[in-house]
Amino acid sequence: MTIAFRDETFRDDYTFRNSPHAIRRFPFPFHEDRYMYAVNIEPHALPGPKGSVVEFAFDVDEHYVSEMRDRELVLRQDPLRCQALPHMMAAQWDLLELIMTSFARDYPEHFSLERDGERWHWVNRPLGIDQRFVFGDALTLPYEPMEYVTRQAQGDWVIVDQRDGNLWMDAGMVTTQADWSLDFDIGMNFFEWHGPVPLAHELGVFERALKYLMQVRVGSPVRRLNWTMTINPLLDTAPERYPVWGPDRTTVTPDNVGHKAHLRVELQSFWRLPRSNALLFPIRCYLIKLEELVTVPKWARRLPRVLKSLPQELVDYKGLTRYRDTAVAWLSRYDDGAPTSPGGGPD
Amino acid sequence: MAVRPQSIKVRVAEVVPVTPLVKRFRFVPLAGGLLPAFSGGAHTVVEMHDGAVVRRNPYSLMGSPDELDSYQISVRKVEDSRGGSVFMHERVKAGDEMAVSPPVNLFAIAWDARKHLLLAGGIGITPFVSQMIQLDRSEMPFELHYCIRNDDRGPYWRDLQQRYGRRVQVHRAESGLGMDVEALLVMQPLGTHLFVCGPGPMIEGVYATARGLGWPEENLHSERFQAPATGAAFDVVLRRSSKRVHVGTHESLLEAIEAADVEAPYLCRGGACGQCETGVLACDGRLIHNDHYLSAEERAAGRKIMPCVSRFEGRELVLDL
Ligand code: FES
Repeated sequence: MTIAFRDETFRDDYTFRNSPHAIRRFPFPFHEDRYMYAVNIEPHALPGPKGSVVEFAFDVDEHYVSEMRDRELVLRQDPLRCQALPHMMAAQWDLLELIMTSFARDYPEHFSLERDGERWHWVNRPLGIDQRFVFGDALTLPYEPMEYVTRQAQGDWVIVDQRDGNLWMDAGMVTTQADWSLDFDIGMNFFEWHGPVPLAHELGVFERALKYLMQVRVGSPVRRLNWTMTINPLLDTAPERYPVWGPDRTTVTPDNVGHKAHLRVELQSFWRLPRSNALLFPIRCYLIKLEELVTVPKWARRLPRVLKSLPQELVDYKGLTRYRDTAVAWLSRYDDGAPTSPGGGPD
Repeated sequence: MAVRPQSIKVRVAEVVPVTPLVKRFRFVPLAGGLLPAFSGGAHTVVEMHDGAVVRRNPYSLMGSPDELDSYQISVRKVEDSRGGSVFMHERVKAGDEMAVSPPVNLFAIAWDARKHLLLAGGIGITPFVSQMIQLDRSEMPFELHYCIRNDDRGPYWRDLQQRYGRRVQVHRAESGLGMDVEALLVMQPLGTHLFVCGPGPMIEGVYATARGLGWPEENLHSERFQAPATGAAFDVVLRRSSKRVHVGTHESLLEAIEAADVEAPYLCRGGACGQCETGVLACDGRLIHNDHYLSAEERAAGRKIMPCVSRFEGRELVLDL
């Protein structure tokens, strides 16, 4: 299937929109009408449901070309959004191989890869790239392998090294993050980088999650959804740029909330990289305007109910304090009180 | 939450005697194509159907991580073991169909190490074969010290010396020239990581020496392939699945749980990784802890057991499974 790539922006004039097709495949994260914290990890069994964002290893959608342009702008301002500690070179090649082979297999009309031993030929038609290089020789690429390939793949990419019974954030390309910083977290272990989350420690979830992640095997990736909300379709909500996007939260009014407020869902997956034994942690961000979301009646009913049931400390943690009530009031106009069906997908 | 991985159906392509006690097995995928890629030091769990008993033993993958049309393992025959290695030696022939697990690595290369110091004893050489291929390719400094009884009893030492030259040193115990671990350790540059694989006493001896010299714990890596101990038969109650399971003399608690179709997580099946840790809900008797994972306090508390290697003696054991 050929994807019609949109030409849009995630900054300044914010022309980002979802097509009706993109709305229907949006990974709506709420399976019931109230919010529950749980370790919601499941196998990333491939291929997933046809047309869904989990059909393939890594989703490429209509926002691909514009998101890649946005990444380039971020990197131009702040090259530290892409960093790798020196011992991660084997993992970088693992990542390049995984993305290129997946894209070429899953989207043959857009990407192709020919391999002749170590001599590789990569073609990325949407971005107009045609590159011959020697696998394993970083000097034959314009960037190091991780940066090269993740300038061509949507979402953030974090590679964690597994050693001493812990996971260490030792490489990453992070430009579409929900308020966290690679430059701050690089070199940290699993417990250190999760430090700021409230409640969860008490539940012992992190210990269990760590143990689970360390046993993720080659060929058996797992995934989970996470969510927050963002004002304006801004991919890059980095803490370093808080002065730019933080004040947007005060601009929400009952008139503009449907257009300005976005549900932001992260599809996180976890992969064992075969030759380095590192873990790959892709974090793919999906944005949807509330006015787009309410075109699906089930979501229009469910989202206000979930937001209402959110504990205050989570409202604060997710940064929704200033506009949750405005969003709930606006959304409730679309909730006719009818029961909703279980599961997250549209009816 | 943990999902038991799909096993991979393979055919035994070749069985090669390496020494009087060691045979090498090569597996090719039944479905054709390539096997999952792996990293140096990884192992696979081989499933053996011996009559009604299903054994699952871990073996290091010793081929090249770049040649994935087959997997290779080496098995040393241990006469009085539970029978896994004897089964492999006496019953498995070229052409047989078997199943292996996707690769798992609990003995991975330390990519941030300045140097790898590898110490192998006997069949403990196997994880280093694939590690050295990767280290060599990545141009990372390494040095292997390989302890064998005599020239005929050490698998692969000639090939390895040929391939890596001075980076491979062989120590022959029978010639009276064993390895002087302390002398070796004091010569190492800062930032060296020590890897040891061999019999339990060798690992313990090397660790004691390294700790005595002040080596940091995170620079010490070991892998022991310990077959689950045999012992008297016993019964166990699995509370969540409401099942009573009999554990025979020659099977492990984990194998008995699996045979009862109850899902239990595992990785190493040798008491080292911690993945199979299971809650003990009631215990009227004595837990026989054979693992290297639980702390002394945890053992004393008696609330946890590692079913891959540990057993029980007494009236009643109830597990949280
Ligand atoms: S499976 Fe590793 S300790 Fe039991």
